[in-house]
Amino acid sequence: MSSSFLFNVATLSYLVSMVVFFAFLGSRNKTIGLAGSIAASFGLIVQTAAIGLRWKESYDLGHGHAPLSNLYESVVFFAWTIIFIYVLIDFRYKYRAVGAFVVPFAFLGMAWAQLGLNSGIEPLVPALQSNWLLYHVITCFLGYAAFAVACGVSIMYLIKSKYEVGNGNAKSGGIMSLFPSTKFLDDLNYKAIMLGFPLLTLGIITGAAWADYAWGSYWSWDPKETWSLIVWFIYAAFLHARITRGWVGRRAAILSIIGFAATIFCYLGVNLLLSGLHSYGGG
Amino acid sequence: MLKISAKGVTFFVIPFISIGCSFFLPECIILSLRRDFLTPTKTGFANSLWNFFCSLKLTIFLLIGLSAASIIGTVVPQNAAPAQYAKIYSEATVQLFNALDFFDMYHSWWFILLLYLLTLNLVACSLKRLPRDWKIFTAPTVAMDEEMEKSLSLVRHCKMPGSSAKLRDMLGVFLTREFAAPVVTGGEGRYYLFAQKSLYSRLGVYVLHFSIIIIFIGAMIGSYFGYKAYVNIEEGSETSVVYRRTASAGQMETPEQIAARAIDLGFTVRCESFSISYYDNGSPREYKSVLSVIENGRTVVDRRPVIVNSPLTYRGITFYQSSYSPADDPVFHLTVRSGKDGTGRKITARHGERVPLPGGSSLQVIEYTDDIKPFFPQLSGPAVRMAVMPKSGETQILLLLKNYPDFDLQRGGELAFTYDGMDQKWRTGLQVAKDPGVWIVWLGCCLMVAGIFMAFFLSHRRIWVRIENGRVSIGGATNKNQPAFQIFFDTLTDKLKAM
Repeated sequence: MSSSFLFNVATLSYLVSMVVFFAFLGSRNKTIGLAGSIAASFGLIVQTAAIGLRWKESYDLGHGHAPLSNLYESVVFFAWTIIFIYVLIDFRYKYRAVGAFVVPFAFLGMAWAQLGLNSGIEPLVPALQSNWLLYHVITCFLGYAAFAVACGVSIMYLIKSKYEVGNGNAKSGGIMSLFPSTKFLDDLNYKAIMLGFPLLTLGIITGAAWADYAWGSYWSWDPKETWSLIVWFIYAAFLHARITRGWVGRRAAILSIIGFAATIFCYLGVNLLLSGLHSYGGG
Repeated sequence: MLKISAKGVTFFVIPFISIGCSFFLPECIILSLRRDFLTPTKTGFANSLWNFFCSLKLTIFLLIGLSAASIIGTVVPQNAAPAQYAKIYSEATVQLFNALDFFDMYHSWWFILLLYLLTLNLVACSLKRLPRDWKIFTAPTVAMDEEMEKSLSLVRHCKMPGSSAKLRDMLGVFLTREFAAPVVTGGEGRYYLFAQKSLYSRLGVYVLHFSIIIIFIGAMIGSYFGYKAYVNIEEGSETSVVYRRTASAGQMETPEQIAARAIDLGFTVRCESFSISYYDNGSPREYKSVLSVIENGRTVVDRRPVIVNSPLTYRGITFYQSSYSPADDPVFHLTVRSGKDGTGRKITARHGERVPLPGGSSLQVIEYTDDIKPFFPQLSGPAVRMAVMPKSGETQILLLLKNYPDFDLQRGGELAFTYDGMDQKWRTGLQVAKDPGVWIVWLGCCLMVAGIFMAFFLSHRRIWVRIENGRVSIGGATNKNQPAFQIFFDTLTDKLKAM
């Protein structure tokens, strides 16, 4: 059994999970909601095994390294962190409907990686031969994943709040009854960012430490560095805006979505559209 | 046209703002410590300026403004050669961007001004909330009277048997066991207990804001007292001079301009050797310079390998493996055999040099590669292409493969060649950095992580108890994560009622 096969199984699990969550929104059957969570959790376990196996496979090829070295591996890891954070939230709060808005991010990532990206295991170029690679990539991507969850929750918030404004609280049936309350969604958005922001901070600091160690400069306004700072500024603005009145709910949700758009640009846009020092640019 | 340089403005603006701040901040501290300051009765310029700087709206404006501004420098190439700009932009655009400092945006006066405003803003905000928090630290409210009780969202009452003194002792033990050791006040049948946890988490926000200032200070020390430089050293040679990296470095410069960028190290760095190794697939595995440091005629660092991700530091100056280039034309080692019997004769040929061969002909190496695979996937290893020019007749182009010594023999020519290898003298490219502020930056980063942890994940939780005539009132407050505290508070009061 190869890691590639397991990655396909994981991708399929996320597809099933996503479809089941949509069915759950349509049918409002609790068993179907549970099935969605189980499919996502199963995918997570399989993907964890696949990442471990790929790690081992790289050693078998004679140039062992953590599977975090190119665009394919980073997209796969990003999908893993999104599901990981989602499963934690699902375990804690059991609001299944959130899955319909978070699992698609992971599925799209995996589908793109499996179908569109070069999945070959390449040896590490000299610049990446450092333990900082592990710390830097793991902290950054856990942060990105928390922001992805916050974005999914914010989209739910906007849909739910629009519905509430349109219909008042008169009708309580329909899909909307499956959505958690706007208060809960707003709070979860905040909590996810409270988790993501420290992780992003650690990611930027470990990146700076590594840059100083490898290139002799902890900050050189490289597009990647700058965009990570932009993302940091946006979420810092989000956290400060929350202290003042009027920046909860709808505005916070919009800021969270903008923040995630910037995160995705920082992750992919910089590599695919701008020039810079991060190696997975070529895909 | 008068053009004020970006640097000039930066160096003018920064001291100006710094001096402004140093006058302004003490006044703010004094004013903020005076109770009447925050009341609207006191007006005037200082007050409105103060209010401007401690507004959160300014914070949000600056954070979003910095985000938007930072994008410019990721889209417009920074510090590129004028010729490159001329290629991308029209003349008018170049002039406009020049005037706006878009070509060195992150060092422009207006970007640095935004950073200064953010610093000022966070200092002012911290000062504004300091008196309130200071009071929570030094003079906490230890007695929950009826008046204060109304301000708390979490309050429970219950009747309990026993005298007030007995209840006081029992609740003291209970709080110590379940929460934290309380402070007991009151008397004459009316007692107050106060217990708190993670008081210091309130410091988190100050530590976090302070850490940003520390990082800025470290960055400034680095930029004023440190440098980023580079040097290229040929294998077997040494240098004690490196060259500062500037915006214009690498462009057409006079020798005087280059000399002006020279920095004397105070010791000598010698490049003993440079080598590259490759993976099987041809991608680079390691770039390695072996460096020695000689100071006052003594070798103080002997043959230390420096690779990417493993620099050499001596006297606060760090050398990083950053690039390499050939120092001169490579020399190829070939063996030539005449006919089938031929004893080999070793010859060496410099790249492009015409070398005479036995029998009056000559050869010239045209091109070479370290790996033939990209050109002929079924082959591997180093290869050369050379021209053999007979005394008369047509020039022959031959391919020689190091891994296949018999390859040329099969051609069946009068002369047969094998390629034995080559010598290439390299020049290693080192990035040289001195940054005395870097440890201050790391200190700031550590403080930032600690501050974020304190501010984000810990909450200051307080419990008050009032005992009067067998009636126990419990109040609770937290500065964040209300739902979790409410669960804790409910469990605590349930336990107490069960006693």
